[in-house]
Parts: sequence; C-alpha cells; structure tokens
Amino acid sequence: MKKILALLLVSVFAFFAITLVQSDQLVPKFGDADLSSRVSDKYISKSVSVDNKVVEYGETVNAETGSANLVTSIVVNYRSFDTLGEVTVLFISALGISLIVGTTDGMIKRSESGFILKTGSKVLMPILLIVGIYVITHGHLTPGGGFQGGSMIASAVLLLLISDHEFVPNMNKFKVLEGLSGSLYIIIGLVSISLTGYFLKNFMPTGQVGELMSAGIIPIIYLFIGLKVGSELTGILSDFLKKEANV
Amino acid sequence: MIQISAIVLMLLGIYGLLTTKHIIKMIIGLNIFEVGLNIFIITIGYKTGAVAPILTSQNNSSILNFVDPLPQAIVLTAIVIGFGITAVGLILAKKIYVQHNTYNIDEIGGKI
Amino acid sequence: MNATVVLELFISIVLIFIGVLIVFSKNIIKSIIFLSILSMITAVSFVMLKAPDVAITEIVIGSGLITFLFLFTLKTSKKAGDSE
Repeated sequence: MKKILALLLVSVFAFFAITLVQSDQLVPKFGDADLSSRVSDKYISKSVSVDNKVVEYGETVNAETGSANLVTSIVVNYRSFDTLGEVTVLFISALGISLIVGTTDGMIKRSESGFILKTGSKVLMPILLIVGIYVITHGHLTPGGGFQGGSMIASAVLLLLISDHEFVPNMNKFKVLEGLSGSLYIIIGLVSISLTGYFLKNFMPTGQVGELMSAGIIPIIYLFIGLKVGSELTGILSDFLKKEANV
Repeated sequence: MIQISAIVLMLLGIYGLLTTKHIIKMIIGLNIFEVGLNIFIITIGYKTGAVAPILTSQNNSSILNFVDPLPQAIVLTAIVIGFGITAVGLILAKKIYVQHNTYNIDEIGGKI
Repeated sequence: MNATVVLELFISIVLIFIGVLIVFSKNIIKSIIFLSILSMITAVSFVMLKAPDVAITEIVIGSGLITFLFLFTLKTSKKAGDSE
C-alpha cells in the first residue's frame, strides 16, 4: 500500500520534472546557455561597477577583483554575504551536534588496526596536510579554496583517528582556533565598512592577475575560512566517537 | 543525457526516502536526492565547446567561451550544507537508537 | 559518435544503475559503500561538465567524510550488518 502511494507521488514529480526540462523557457536546452543575457557576463569580465575592459592573465593590473579563478571571485568577493551565511550554518550545526552529544566519559573503545593501515597512514597523513594547506593558499589561482582545503585538513585528522586506537584529540585548542577564525572574518568586514563604507568590500589593492600576492583580501579571507572549516569538521567527527554517558 | 539521469536520481532518492523502514536508509535517500540536485544545477550553466572558468596562461583572456561560473558557486555552498544536515540527522538517529534499542520505525511506534 | 558522447551516455547509465542498487539493497553497509561510489562517479561527471572546483569539493566531502559519518554511527550501535 505504501509502495503504491510512493510510486504515485514519484510519477507526479516525474511528470512535472520532464515538463520543466522539455519547455525551453524555464530551463535552457542542455548546452545552449546564453551568457550575454545573464549577470555572469559581468562577473566574467570583472566589470560590475566599472566599464567593460578585457582582463588578461599576467597583464592586467588593478582589476576589480584580481583573481584568476572566476568561481573564487564570485564566492569571496561578489557574493561574499552568502559565504558568511554558509559559515554560520556550519557553525550552528557543529554547535547543535556538540549540545546533543552532551557531557561524556571519553571515547568509545576502538580496536587495534592492521599493519597496512598503521604504516600507510603514517606516510599519507603529512602529504594530505600539506596538500590541504597548498589548496587553501592557492585558492585564487587554481581550482580549490578554503572549503576544499579545510576538508582535506579534517580528513588528515580523520585518518589519524581511525588508524591509531589510542589517539584522543585535544579539542580545546581546535575550538579556540575555530572561534578566532570565524570572528576574524567578521572583523575584516567591519574594517571594510570603516574604510570604504560597504560590508566586505575589497579595500586592498589588487595586484597583477596571476601572481601569488594578488587579489586583495581574497587569500586572507580564504585562509580564515579554511582554518575554520578544518577545525569545525574535526570537531564534528570527534563528537561522533564519544561514549554514551551513563544515565 | 546527464540532465535526465540527474532527474532520475532525484526521483530515486524521494522513493527510497518514502518506502523504507530503517532510519539510516532515510538519510541515505536524502543524500541521493542532494547529489542528483547538484548535478542538475550545474547542467543549467553548461555550454558545449566552452572551457572551465579559470584564467590560465593558455586561456588568458576574458572574452573566450567560458561556462557559467555562477551555478558552480551555488553548488559549492550546497554540498557543504548537505554535509551539515547529514551530520545532525545521524546524531539524532543515534540518540533514538540509545533510547529504544532499534532502528526500525515500526517498533518505535511514534513515541520519539 | 565520438568518444565524449559515448562516455557521457555511459556515465549517465552507471549513475542510474548505482542509484537503483543503493535503494533496493537489503544490507545497510552495502548501501553506504555504494553511496561512496556514487559520489566518486558524480565527481567524474562534474569534470566532464567543466567544473573542477565542485569536483574537488564533492570528492573530499561526499566520498571521504560522509561515508565515515555513517560508519561511525553504525559502529556505536551494535547492529552493524543487519538487514532491513
């Protein structure tokens, strides 16, 4: 009975979805996105508030955002308020998880891991950590950024958690780092209000497109976001292994 | 085509969410729905014959054919928020298990 | 029929097939492992749609961290491996 009702509901959804895809007004045909009528045209040529100029890699100096990775310039500069909202949602979920878990007696009993996992993780963990830091700092030149690199740092600590059965991470230092990085992100926004009059606007000079030291405040913000996301996800993963308190 | 397979993944996720009795499988169905939705959003901004939206020393000018970078920025946020939702859901499922000693919703009977 | 069209068709069929395997499988650990494989193949399709940023994020979070959240939840309850 339940399966028949579920099939009925799913077929109604399927009818709506296929109608949406077949009509060419709401969703364009696959592969035919017309960019000149969308706002992304101004994001690509970096001309939201100035006139249309052509941006060249390695030659343009003092463009509007100055980062070579166009997705980074949208996430951190043009739509930076949405990134602030996302950081807030992650913070609230980590807070909720540690409130639900509550005060506990320590971690659950883990069994000892095999030989391959122990020696393999000793080789792999520093490599993961360094690749994570590289991806965070080069967020404006190559694909990557704060969220990707922060998750890589958290998965390096996760590797240590599953391969060493006596490893208990000291979460106090991670929590201090998380709170500090989150508040520094907002403090940069407030500094930007006092210097330029708009929240989270770029107030440093953007150098040449393609250099490591370029793009204004984008590498600084991504560094803070990377540290915050890394320590937050580590906290979430370590909360999952806590022992249940005796009621 | 990838758009049709993204819609089928979304429908499979909803079907799995509705017809299962195990709490963890409901959260797995929600995850399948999110994966299908992310693929669908990125296919909105695709252009055949275009390049990835990064200025490099080969694609070095901004008047080339780029794919739309705005849906990619939106999906980046959506993936991370999906992780947060899954984590909170699993902690609540664990609390339900500790109290009732089962994951089957027929045996719990609505007394959460 | 050049190689990209064939590859796109192949990946679409594999995505649907693994989705069916996840929903209709009786063991819960098999569903979790297939979810991790679904994330990996989704990342391949993101690269084909010219979105490298999203592919890195999907691999690290979807196939690396979410799988461990599910496995840690099942580890702290004693019913790992039971059927539905």
